[in-house]
Amino acid sequence: MIDLINKWKQGLERTRKATFGRLAAMLGVSEIDTDTWEDLEALLLQADLGVETSQQIIESLRQRVHQQGLTRTSELQQALKEELLKRLDEPPPINLEMHQPAVILIVGVNGSGKTTTIAKLAYWFKRQNKKVLLVAADTFRAAAVDQLQVWAERLDLPIVAGQPNADPGAVAYDGIQAALARKADVALVDTAGRLHTRYNLMEELKKVHRVVGKALPGAPHAVWLVLDATTGQNALQQARAFKDAVNVNGIILAKLDSSARGGMAFAIQRTLGIPILFVGLGEKPEDLEIFNPEAFVQGILEG
Amino acid sequence: MFEALTQKLEGIFKELRRRGKLTPADVDAVMREVRLALLEADVHYSVVKDFIARVRERAIGHEVSRALNPAQQVIKIVHEELIATLGEPERLNLSGLKPRVIMLVGLQGSGKTTAAAKLAAQLRSQGERVMLVAADPYRPAAIKQLQTLGERVGVPVFYEAGVKPPQLVARAYEQAQKGGITVLIIDTAGRSQLDEALMDELRAIIQKVTPNETLLVVDAMIGQEALNIASGFQQAIPLTGLMFTKMDGDARGGAAISIRAVTGVPIKYLGTGESLEALEAFDPRRLASRILGMGDVIGLIERA
Ligand SMILES: Nc1nc2c(ncn2[C@@H]2O[C@H](COP(=O)(O)OP(=O)(O)OP(=O)(O)O)[C@@H](O)[C@H]2O)c(=O)[nH]1
Ligand SMILES: Nc1nc2c(ncn2[C@@H]2O[C@H](COP(=O)(O)OP(=O)(O)OP(=O)(O)O)[C@@H](O)[C@H]2O)c(=O)[nH]1
Ligand SMILES: [Mg+2]
Ligand SMILES: [Mg+2]
Repeated sequence: MIDLINKWKQGLERTRKATFGRLAAMLGVSEIDTDTWEDLEALLLQADLGVETSQQIIESLRQRVHQQGLTRTSELQQALKEELLKRLDEPPPINLEMHQPAVILIVGVNGSGKTTTIAKLAYWFKRQNKKVLLVAADTFRAAAVDQLQVWAERLDLPIVAGQPNADPGAVAYDGIQAALARKADVALVDTAGRLHTRYNLMEELKKVHRVVGKALPGAPHAVWLVLDATTGQNALQQARAFKDAVNVNGIILAKLDSSARGGMAFAIQRTLGIPILFVGLGEKPEDLEIFNPEAFVQGILEG
Repeated sequence: MFEALTQKLEGIFKELRRRGKLTPADVDAVMREVRLALLEADVHYSVVKDFIARVRERAIGHEVSRALNPAQQVIKIVHEELIATLGEPERLNLSGLKPRVIMLVGLQGSGKTTAAAKLAAQLRSQGERVMLVAADPYRPAAIKQLQTLGERVGVPVFYEAGVKPPQLVARAYEQAQKGGITVLIIDTAGRSQLDEALMDELRAIIQKVTPNETLLVVDAMIGQEALNIASGFQQAIPLTGLMFTKMDGDARGGAAISIRAVTGVPIKYLGTGESLEALEAFDPRRLASRILGMGDVIGLIERA
């Protein structure tokens, strides 16, 4: 646990250097006053928690200050940490052993980090001695298939890829067939990026979802949404729309190594109840960690 | 969400009687909603704060026009200020020696490669002889992506394997000069403003070929960090323009206000789709309305 937090901290190190008012500096050792509340609001809003969540947290804190008679900002700091942690679930264990192959569909808006995340997940499963197969069902974006093929080569993994402009459903179907034939443990299906507001593209994604279910009843066993951690308030709309369309049951927060803090995770967790499973901390296959609420909150408090 | 906001505002409209001048109470009632609207649109906290203070000052004591009630009047002032902050749309600067160089920079996945192809297509249709430079050797298949897009828009793509980006760009420039190319568009790798090695690389490119335009490409869905990211890029290299991409979604795009306000760099384009024609000049009026998210109210005011 400590090790994991340290590793995470290293990933966030660059971030810390570049940010300004840190909580400690902001709150100092002084008494709680009106400025304190404003500083707190600033901290939460700037971490993309959004107005509603920030206000709820500040309201809870005010009550605690009142009830517990806190007077020092250092006490407030601890209370804030608790309030934030309270609002994040521990990720459930990734338990897909009962399915063979376990089919995981990766979805999200354009450029959020889906394809790279697939490479990271593949590496993660591979390290657990699982047989992984990649399915390149983004036949739309220029060189999307080539991109995943490069990863397959680097990670030495089999891949089923469609021709440019081929029907993504058909590619996914072939992918599942291949996973069955090869007795793969995990099949990771990459899909084209699409904005959640595009009706036709969301319908196409639903179709891919259905086709996967036809190829293997019960599949996909997991549908994971890749969110870019630099995204602001729109992340909630994205998560809601993808959940409605293809029943997303896990979130991966990519690019958390950027200077952004990914505070939208709170609103998503609260409103939609989708757990955050992993975070992406870089562009290499090993830059993936299981979501750790403690480290995540630390990132918000320290920058 | 938009409806809820409009309703709230209408409530305020009803409460406020028509008076000669806007009072602090009139203004504050509306400004609370404006503040929320801007924060929900991802305008940066500190920018919202400054903005509210400035507009409040301007609005108090303002004569209420006959066509509008006090709340509408305040919104009108807010809207005007937003438009002024966003600034006028600016064109590409294509003056000077040929080939002129346009470089695209930004975070990972913001839309640089797509934007490079869109610009190439547009400039080509305006009669320029365009060449694209694939200066992202890092992302898997980034070269292939640009080559595919280049082919699609009928523009050559310069690339040499194993050559570092600054050197590659220098060679592309030389070849462009010889080949009568009039515009060279450089696609660079996505990077964080905190990645010193990669920011150095951008500086090295700029030393080889002084770009006419260095455009920061920003995802319209970006949150509060937009401001630090943009200032980070601006501190490292001279930016000449902004492009906001993925405007075809439902993000309100408040980062446009933050970045514009803090860097002073003009907005030059909006990306509005994955297709290579989806490139638009920006209209400050429309963008201001979108960021404010008070569609009906603004319409009402503009008709008054
Ligand atoms: N720093 C950082 N960059 C990332 C991370 N994940 C992805 N990227 C980068 O983000 C960019 C986009 O990643 P992709 O994996 O291509 O995103 P995508 O969602 O598949 O994109 P589309 O298929 O075009 O929708 C690439 O430059 C990646 O290297 C991350 O966790 N950290
Ligand atoms: N809907 C929509 N998608 C866009 C727009 N611009 C780019 N995209 C998509 O966003 C994704 C990322 O675009 P790229 O052009 O690869 O982004 P990039 O900045 O070059 O990414 P890196 O090189 O990895 O940093 C792709 O799926 C594009 O098709 C836009 O205006 N609207
Ligand atoms: Mg992809
Ligand atoms: Mg690119």
